[in-house]
Parts: sequence; C-alpha cells; structure tokens
Amino acid sequence: MDQDAIVVEGLEKSYGSVKALCGVDFSARTGTVLGLLGPNGAGKTTAVRILATLLQPDGGSARVVGLDVVKEAAALRAKIGLAGQYAAVDENLTGFENLEMVGRLYHLKRQEARTRANELLERFDLVEAAKRPAKTYSGGMRRRLDLAAALVFRPPVLYLDEPTTGLDPVSRLSMWETIEARTAAGTTVLLTTQYLDEADRLADHIVVIDHGTVIAEGTSDELKDSVGGERIEVRLEDDSEADQAIAALAEMADERPTFEDHLVRVPVRSRRGAIAAAVRRLDDVDVGIDDISIRRPTLDDVFIALTGHAAEEEPAAAQPTEEIAA
Amino acid sequence: MSSLAMSASDTFVLAKRNLARIPRQPDLLIAYTVQPVMFVLLFVFVFGGAIQTPGFEYVDFLMPGIIVQSIAFGGFVTALGLAEDVKKGLIDRFRSLPMSRGAVLLGRTFSDVALNCLSLVVLFAVGFAAGFNFIDASVVDVVAGIVLCLFLGYAFSWIFALVGLYSSSPETANAIGFTLIFPLTFASSVFVPVESMPDGLRQFAEANPFTTISDAVRSLWLGTPAHTDVWMAFVWCFALTAIFAPLAVARYRTVAAK
Repeated sequence: MDQDAIVVEGLEKSYGSVKALCGVDFSARTGTVLGLLGPNGAGKTTAVRILATLLQPDGGSARVVGLDVVKEAAALRAKIGLAGQYAAVDENLTGFENLEMVGRLYHLKRQEARTRANELLERFDLVEAAKRPAKTYSGGMRRRLDLAAALVFRPPVLYLDEPTTGLDPVSRLSMWETIEARTAAGTTVLLTTQYLDEADRLADHIVVIDHGTVIAEGTSDELKDSVGGERIEVRLEDDSEADQAIAALAEMADERPTFEDHLVRVPVRSRRGAIAAAVRRLDDVDVGIDDISIRRPTLDDVFIALTGHAAEEEPAAAQPTEEIAA
Repeated sequence: MSSLAMSASDTFVLAKRNLARIPRQPDLLIAYTVQPVMFVLLFVFVFGGAIQTPGFEYVDFLMPGIIVQSIAFGGFVTALGLAEDVKKGLIDRFRSLPMSRGAVLLGRTFSDVALNCLSLVVLFAVGFAAGFNFIDASVVDVVAGIVLCLFLGYAFSWIFALVGLYSSSPETANAIGFTLIFPLTFASSVFVPVESMPDGLRQFAEANPFTTISDAVRSLWLGTPAHTDVWMAFVWCFALTAIFAPLAVARYRTVAAK
C-alpha cells in the first residue's frame, strides 16, 4: 500500500473561545512514524483525540487508512490503537485481566483473547507481574501494559500520546525500544511528544506545532539543517587569546567564527578532519585548548529557533484574550 | 456478530470487570455489607425508642424504608467508578474501541443490580435478627417488594452514572451524592411517618418519590392500605430510568478525560 495512512487537512477545533487547532495539515506515510512535536497546550492531544474518534472537529477533515474519522468512526475504531500518558488501565484488574478484557471488547473469542493476552505479556516483559493488580505496577510497567492493550487487535495505525511523559530515564529508554520494535513490524505510528530527543530517535517525519498551527515540518535532519550546519566549539585555556584563535580558525570556517560564553564557535562545511585541522591551527599559533568538540544543531536548537520566532509575534499570543473580550 | 449480540457480550465483559474489583477493594465490600448493618442497628436501637410509628413496631416500619434507601444508594459505586474511569482515561480507551456505545453504562448498572442483591441478603439477615417480621404478606407480595427495590436501585444507578460522568473526580461525585441526593431520603417516609413533620416539609415529603416507594414496599410487606402507591412506585422507577438513562448515554458519548 503506497497511500498515506493518515491524512489531515485544515483541521480546526475550538474549546469555547480558545482555538486548539487552527487549520492543521499533515500526513503520515503507511509504515512510518510521524512525530507531532510541540510544547504543552500546542494542540497535539486535541489532534490525537480527533484522529482517535473521541472528539469531533469543528472544521477540516481527517482520514485514517482511508476512513473518515467522523463519518466512518465505527469502522475506523477496529483499525486504531491508542496509548499514552494516561496509561488507561484498570488498576484493580491484573495485567492479564486488563488485556483479556480489551481483547473481548474487540470481540475476540474468549480463548483467542487469552492467548493474545499471554503473548503480549511475554513480549512486554510483564509475565511475572501478569497475576498482580495493575495498581502494584511501576509507572513504566503501566505504560507498557497500556501499550500492550493498544496492540491487542494488531491495529495498522497506532497513536502514542506522549508515551514517556513522566517516566524515569531507564523506563523511557525501554519504552523507546518497545516502540521501535513495533514500528519495525510495519505499524504506522503517530507519536506526540514534547521531548525533542524522543522525536529525533523515533520519528521518520516531524511536524512541529505551536498555538494550534504547524510551524515547521520535515525529517529530523531537514529541520536541523534549517537552523544551520555543523560547528566546532572550542573552550580556550585563556579567554584573552580568543582573537588569535578566531584569526587562526577563520580560514577553515564557513562563516566568521564567533566568541561567546567562553566558547569559540566555528561553523564548518564538513566534519571530516575538522577537529584535527582546528587543533593543528591553534597549536601553530600557540593558543591553549581546554576542550574541543564538534556538534550538529539539535532539535532543541530548531525548537528554540522556531518558537523564538513565534514569540516575536506578540499579537498572536494575545489573541485568546481578545476573543474572550469580544 | 449481530449488533445486539455484540452489545450483550460487551456489557457482560464490563459487568464482570466491575464485579471482579469488589473483593479487591475492601472499602467497597464494607460499603455493601457493614454500612447497611450499622444503619439498621443505629436506627432501631438509638432512634427507635424515640420515634412513634402508630400501629407498628419501629423495626417493622423501618426495615422497608431502610432497604429502599440502601438499595437506592447501591448505585453510588457507579458514580465513583465512572468518575474514576473518566479521570484515569479508561473511558477514552473504551470509546476508542469498536464496542457498543451503551455497554460501559449497561455493564455498570447491571453489576449494581448484582451488588444490590448482596446488600438485600445482608439487610434481611440483620433485619430479622433485630426483630423484623413480614405482616400479612404473601410470597408474591414479598417478591414484588424485592423487585420494586431492585428496580429503584436500577433507576438510581442511571442517576449516579450521570453524576459520575459529570464529576471531575470521585471526590466530586461523592460530594454531589451526599449533599444533593442523600438528604432527599431523609425528607421522606423512609425513617419516620410524614405525619410527624411540620407543614411545608410534610408536603415536600409526601411528593418525594422515596415516600411513594417506601410506602409501596410497606403496603406489600406490612399489609398497610395500598392505595395507588405500588403502581405509582413502579411508574416512578420507570420514569427515572427513562429520563436518566438517555442523558447518561448522551454524556458518555462526549465525555473527555480531564
């Protein structure tokens, strides 16, 4: 299938006078991970709730595996799995009972639901906890159980709404590995997150939204390239030698090197041999190096660049208040 | 699977879920067993001596009323459970599944009926121990009284379902239940004859469905004059269900996790 699994066009949703989504467009190719990135309140969860048939949009349209999220909601529900920050499991039921119940609600036969529950408990490393009530689980275990519940019916499309928010670093890593295993199996995933490293690691394509609008999109590399290429960062033994260092490094630099926060920054075209060259040049002019590294812009840099731009448009940020007054 | 069979299967799965939690939540089990026992003992032995019920032992007058009140409040667990399901995001999960739209609420209200049966057994046991007797009641009258109580409990399950779906937390549901609905049971003939109440309150109590239903159960179990109470009692239960069930289902379809 070469069509897009998720197609969203001009999606709008307001809560009273607050616009959560103001005409959002994005799409996800079948079998890929689309990362929906944005700060709290950007509209990510609203978009997921609409795509999960939980909420009706005010305008625009959304189709998932070819089914309209409003008109064909009932048929669509058999094709999607939903998991996220709520970890929606019944705390009084055991892990096994939770998965069996969800299987039965997908209308699997009793025996099928049980077999499937056991399969998933094994895959998600919950076999030992299978007979304990979910309220005794750690945060990471609950999220895994929640994700397992979303996968009971092997949905072709999976929505993960901030799947690692509030998890400790170890649980987060294990959650990432679990999600990667799923996406390797060909599931189309819509992932919302406010963590840039998460989007960087998991998403094939990233859509950045803020204040209910798409402010950028592309692959992780494309977004990083949009804020500039690689650069060498040098910490000097003696900051007073900064001018000498800049002069020595200017020749290898793409643009003029800068000195700020005790760091000389040198934009370079290629990372190949760049550090050796920089060390040689500084050594030639007798400038002592305390630390030297080469780094690409991170998605953090992208985000700051993008939201920094958004923050300049003060009137836009003030809009909700005006609407309330009107 | 036909949609009716699907609905029945979903409802059964969810009712089973609600019942499975009871033995694991001792506080709920206490609510269904110890609490009604405490009420019976308090009213019979603490207030009983001070309350005049001409023609009857107070325990005979009290038991139909206290059974009506306990069973009506049996559905309160539905308000708490639904409020928690909404808060925890479980309702979101259910609503994203290809299951019947009414099953979550039907599962709740049906499991309430099962729990109310448990309460009834406990209440009758403590009632008989405290000296309660049926007076001039045939087997049909006794059964009709029990059916009426369970029907009332079912109607109230829907009221509590609506309360639960509108509450942002189990605490809110608790507050609504005990500040708005609980006092209603006292301004009625549940615990005392309405004739003893001052003007104003007495008229209110006479119009209160709890009075109609308590009096209906008394007429069935104690042989008091029936008037139209028994029919009216069933009409009340039917009307409450007919009003609140559609409201609760409508709310369920749009409710969102906080």
